[in-house]
Amino acid sequence: MNKLYTRLGIAGSVGLSLAGLWLLISLFGPVLAPHGPGEIVDYEVFLPMSAEHPLGTDYLGRSVISRIMDGARFTVGIAFAAALLAALMGTGLGLFSAVSGKAVDESISRLMDALLSIPNKIFALVMIAAFGSSVPLLLLITGITYTPGVYRIARALAVNINQMDYIQVARARGEGRAYLALSEVLPNMIHPMLTDFGLRFVYVVLLLSSLSFLGLGVQPPNADLGSLVRENMSGLWEGAPAIMAPAAAIASLTIGVNLFIDSLRGRD
Amino acid sequence: MSDLVQVDKLRVVARAEEGAEITIVKDVSFSIPRGEVLALIGESGSGKTTIALALMGYARRGCHIEGGLIRVGDTDVTALKRKELRSLRGRRVSYVAQSAASGFDPAMKIMDQILETTRIHKTLPRQEAEAKAVDLFRALALPEPESIGSRYPHQVSGGQLQRLMAAMALITDPELVIFDEPTTALDVTTQIDVLRAFKHVVAERGITAVYVSHDLAVVAQMADQVVVLNQGEVRESGRTGQIIKAPTDDYTRQLLAAARPALRSATVELEADVPVLAVEGVSAGYGKIGRDGRPAIPILEDISLAIPRGTTLGVIGESGSGKSTLARAIAGLIPPTAGTLKLAGETLPNDMSQRTRDQFRRVQIVFQNADTALNPSHSVERILARPLAFYHGLQEQGRKQRVRELLDLVRLPATIAEQPCSRLSGGQKQRINLARALAAEPDLILCDEVTSALDTVVATAILDLLTELRRELKVSYMFISHDISTVRAVCDDVLVLYAGRKVEQGGREHFAAPPFHPYTDLLINSVPELEQGWLESAAQSRKLAPVNARGEGLCPFLERCPVRIEGKCSTEPPPWRQLALGNAVLCHHTEADLHGTASLNTARANASY
Ligand SMILES: Nc1ncnc2c1ncn2[C@@H]1O[C@H](COP(=O)(O)OP(=O)(O)OP(=O)(O)O)[C@@H](O)[C@H]1O
Ligand code: SF4
Ligand SMILES: [Mg+2]
Repeated sequence: MNKLYTRLGIAGSVGLSLAGLWLLISLFGPVLAPHGPGEIVDYEVFLPMSAEHPLGTDYLGRSVISRIMDGARFTVGIAFAAALLAALMGTGLGLFSAVSGKAVDESISRLMDALLSIPNKIFALVMIAAFGSSVPLLLLITGITYTPGVYRIARALAVNINQMDYIQVARARGEGRAYLALSEVLPNMIHPMLTDFGLRFVYVVLLLSSLSFLGLGVQPPNADLGSLVRENMSGLWEGAPAIMAPAAAIASLTIGVNLFIDSLRGRD
Repeated sequence: MSDLVQVDKLRVVARAEEGAEITIVKDVSFSIPRGEVLALIGESGSGKTTIALALMGYARRGCHIEGGLIRVGDTDVTALKRKELRSLRGRRVSYVAQSAASGFDPAMKIMDQILETTRIHKTLPRQEAEAKAVDLFRALALPEPESIGSRYPHQVSGGQLQRLMAAMALITDPELVIFDEPTTALDVTTQIDVLRAFKHVVAERGITAVYVSHDLAVVAQMADQVVVLNQGEVRESGRTGQIIKAPTDDYTRQLLAAARPALRSATVELEADVPVLAVEGVSAGYGKIGRDGRPAIPILEDISLAIPRGTTLGVIGESGSGKSTLARAIAGLIPPTAGTLKLAGETLPNDMSQRTRDQFRRVQIVFQNADTALNPSHSVERILARPLAFYHGLQEQGRKQRVRELLDLVRLPATIAEQPCSRLSGGQKQRINLARALAAEPDLILCDEVTSALDTVVATAILDLLTELRRELKVSYMFISHDISTVRAVCDDVLVLYAGRKVEQGGREHFAAPPFHPYTDLLINSVPELEQGWLESAAQSRKLAPVNARGEGLCPFLERCPVRIEGKCSTEPPPWRQLALGNAVLCHHTEADLHGTASLNTARANASY
């Protein structure tokens, strides 16, 4: 473990710890939380930090720390699933484009360019307005939104790898396209695509949080980190931890993942 | 004090992965008197570049100079601070790197880049510096010295860029110039001009230099003193004449032996049946195929050749002549636009997707660069097992067994199978490459510069291996190389390619003495010989007047041919001429003339010195 930390450097280790912490919270938060997320624990709202309520209480007198521990799983879970969706679709299409003929490559690329040109927040707003907000829809929207970005990187990588001599050797052996794509090209893309996955994850967290902040994301009674910021807006004037804490949570999650990924990237 | 440079007990260490340190330069000592050239010679990994860089007080990432003394003039380089080092580098000690192309910024004019050091160190006002640069261009025999500086790097040739890099290094009148393999990336015909230019400026300006190289023959031309390195240690050092004539160290002898490849005899019984491969009038190129059936970038034109079973055909030509393109066309990677390919008499479809798996199996290709030819995310076992499963349908157990046999065949230990190929050395990688081709049990292996990226000693071992395999397995090879001595050593027949056209073909014995095609003659006479003074006596390339060619299908060598026949070569396509000894040349000269021109070349050169 020590060795891992020295390899990552200080920033990377901090990042890894933060990311790991949030992973644990999102997995076990609901079990470990001192109170239920909906439970009213005090008649005082927007209480400051205290031993009894480590992060104070929210606008209804609920335990903020419990609500964060409960809400993290939505943010992390949806973002993870959406980033994974984008990564799978983008990488798959990119790989397919790179090993296919010019016509297929061109048409997929233009389609992706078209998708990329739609501003992602507006796309999300339109979709939510049309279909109403739900977790599967959020997942789909964010997944689709980030597919073209992944596609571009994956295609560029695959096109590069496709010109390597070892691919030429395989082609001269008479191998089919599927073998080339899956056995020769893909294994060499995994590493950079994982890095990209981490970055997409951060983007999705931010997009989700901003949707929730607008009230279009995860719907009550459930609340993700973005919704927590929104519902406690009125506490801003009192400087209540109820609004600071979820905001800080979003920040530490995204910064943590980012630091970790950056330190990996420097090492390749 | 007459020694300009003194290096005493230099040690450089590198940090390995797990914090352990390895010494990459061990107690190296030498000194260079003012005005002399010292050569550092050794194979890759011997530490020659590390030592050269240390002379500038520089150590690569992860390395540091642990001990010893480096003195240049009166300065102790190891004791300098960062800022003092900066004024040492470029100004008092300068460096000419192996690849000039990566040393120049493609978007800046050459002159601006050359004057950068004088600008940074503020040694000379711009106008004077420019005049000085032009002088240097002239001394380095660059064409149009007045105006070449206003070109961009992509507008000059590789050899010219290398000389411009030298001009960049010399502009500040450094006390010491380090040449790090400056001609390794060049064709022999270009190398000879560059060497000549370097030698001339070094002599004219009394420059003290360190010349790093792996090529003894080149070093014999350039250096006064030689230091032979192996794995970071000095094996032998002395005057150049002594090192090449009377080496005292075994390793030096090994290097010398590798520099003169021995002829490998072809003892295979030739069967007089249909050739394994027959190429008939093939043309090929890259890009879209136009309406006239020619590709956008035509490369090969009307190539015919035949490779009888069990023999090796050498293909030689300079960089860009289309050697690799020929191999790709035969392997099916690019479709020929004209002509036919016949595999043991059976016509191969031009379209790759029409070829059968068995046709693919019978022709295997081994690429030049072993590093990029093996998939870095596959293990050795996986690489070798794939063709076994693909062509022969072998099951798990049989594959394992066969992989061991193949490794044995290429003289590698069986334990290597589990390793990812990124951990192997260059020579090991090339053996795996070869083993992969052998796994298919092919009739013909296309070897594209398989030894060019390897050290001479390793390359010799690979050549031996090829020869043995040929005897054991009766495979045929097409052996592509830019090095005529290697080709002559391993091939039965030789084909000379120039600008995508075949200009000469014949048995290897005909390439030992004239008559040759004028291009072959140039090629052969440009290979440095292992003797001092060869460079001075070698034929000087003459500046040729531009020709105005009129007509189709003219001699491809016309523009550079020193013996062209005015009026004839520029108007009529040359005929194929069968020479008495059996080789054929594409030239207007008659056999008697070719005899004359070859000897004329050498005579003219001798007279001019
Ligand atoms: N994919 C390609 N598209 C267009 N032109 C190409 C392509 N590959 C090679 N060429 C051009 O074809 C010509 C012949 O290239 P080829 O690789 O056959 O040369 P070569 O004789 O093998 O040279 P070297 O000794 O440097 O390997 C060169 O001018 C090169 O620039
Ligand atoms: S045909 Fe003419 S130009 Fe071509 S090689 Fe012969 S003499 Fe030279
Ligand atoms: Mg080549």
